Amino acid sequence: MTYLELKGLSARITRQNHPLLRSVSLSVAPGEVRGLVGESGAGKSMIGKAVLGILPKAVEVTGGEILLGGEDLQRLSDKDRRHRIGQTCALIPQDPLTALNPSRRIAPQITDRLVDILGWERARAVARAEELLDEVRIQDPARVMRAYPHELSGGMRQRILIASAFAAAPKLIVADEPTTALDVTVQKQILKLIRDMQARHGTALLFVTHDLGIVSKVCNRLSVLYGGMVVEDNDVPGFFAGPRHAYSRALLAATPKYTDPSASLTPVPDQVIADVRAEIDAFDRERAHV
Amino acid sequence: MADARSLVKRRAGPRLWLSAGWIGLVVLAAVFAPLIAPQDPLAQDLFLGRMPPFWMAGAEPGYWLGTDSLGRDVLSRIIFGARIALSVALVAGGITCILGAGLGLMAGYMRGWVDTVISRFIDIWMAFPPVLFSILLIAVMGPGLISIIVAIVVIDWTRFARVIRAEAMGQGVMDYVASARVVGRGRISTMLTEILPNVLPTIVVLLTLEMGIAVIIEAILSFVNLSIPTDDPTWGGMISEGRISINQAWWVLVFPLIALFLTVLAFSQLGEGLKNRYDPVLR
Repeated sequence: MTYLELKGLSARITRQNHPLLRSVSLSVAPGEVRGLVGESGAGKSMIGKAVLGILPKAVEVTGGEILLGGEDLQRLSDKDRRHRIGQTCALIPQDPLTALNPSRRIAPQITDRLVDILGWERARAVARAEELLDEVRIQDPARVMRAYPHELSGGMRQRILIASAFAAAPKLIVADEPTTALDVTVQKQILKLIRDMQARHGTALLFVTHDLGIVSKVCNRLSVLYGGMVVEDNDVPGFFAGPRHAYSRALLAATPKYTDPSASLTPVPDQVIADVRAEIDAFDRERAHV
Repeated sequence: MADARSLVKRRAGPRLWLSAGWIGLVVLAAVFAPLIAPQDPLAQDLFLGRMPPFWMAGAEPGYWLGTDSLGRDVLSRIIFGARIALSVALVAGGITCILGAGLGLMAGYMRGWVDTVISRFIDIWMAFPPVLFSILLIAVMGPGLISIIVAIVVIDWTRFARVIRAEAMGQGVMDYVASARVVGRGRISTMLTEILPNVLPTIVVLLTLEMGIAVIIEAILSFVNLSIPTDDPTWGGMISEGRISINQAWWVLVFPLIALFLTVLAFSQLGEGLKNRYDPVLR
């Protein structure tokens, strides 16, 4: 039973015939982690934003369905869609340094969503927020709640964002490169934390990243994107044992090996890029005829 | 762990104390003018014309800062002049701030056609020469306190709108705004809780600057006789009258000028001081 399902989701730059997502289909079940990998501009963040309804104004969805718990978001009115997403989804953003409002203390930034979404009383929300901070292993939660974001380190802020994403018990969390802005030692702790929290709460997680190393540690399934098209949809053990698509194989070969750090990086071969581009062109031509 | 920055007490500093002190003094003078002023500001006495201030030879007791050519007490006129200067500063500054910052916030946060309409409107508006514009306005509306306030608002709202729009745009792309939208918070509510607190320090600085500017504009308009039509003393009017007799009685010009200068300076320093003291991000 899947929780989030995309069926043929397409998007383009508003009023221009420039596709950004080409008929993307994927699914995430409760308790499952779906990795979205691809190079810059492959459309991985765009998918997360489309699901959460926070696409920039310059991008419009042109077709396909976004099914959340079996209900197509595209068919809901703006207000109902916002409400539905707010009730069931949360975002772990990329950059913890800009994701907390600098002029507000931590407490209201976590409790707001408990009050807004679950309709809790403020006092109860504060107590729950402290529990959550404890759950993401922040010491002295009461003091952190009174702090302003700039008084905390990047890793702590990301922990707070994770706590706040899980606060209202969402069914789906979109994590948009949650560790890119952190240094490597902190990265590992944060990944483990996200994974633990996700497993404990049984949340469906859409994990956007460009790092196959992270995918191998965190995800159950993955979608490889190129040019807004899913070139491979596979489970993680299967993918690392033998990727099906030539582009995925090249991408995997381009990943630096921890076992042999001195080996030079292999870029994705030009021929592979040319082939996958041809595939995209063929897709666009077929679309144009329909 | 939270670092120790929040433990550092930020002292208000002499800037804030001095500017707030002077403004407090001017406010008190304006409110209690009839009680404080040693003389009737309008009473003329030609026998007491051009009396020098108290420390000079030939000063008349009870006329601390001397008298003008009509024998009116300079100190009392400055005290009563504070009433007009302050009411213009507060009312014109406040309305300009609300109008300009409100439109700027909407344009910067909502973007799209709202932004296009407001921004083009600002561009067109700013193409009018401001002094000519205000003189024209007062010529049409007739001189008076209301006209001055309207003129200041009409000229200066664009200053707020521009700056606040740019600030709000910067805030609008932050992830915490996206997070608030994911949670399903409404646009207006997001604007007020996520954007406004972050542009508030800028608004406060602009507001206090604007109050200073309002005092100056009022003085300029009084100087060219477009302000208050009656004999009510204004600082600009006093400066204008004092100019004529500068060689015989410099004090008629200099004291209102000092009052004007200190007030405008205090307003601008007050904004900076408040920002340094209360902006959480600067801690």
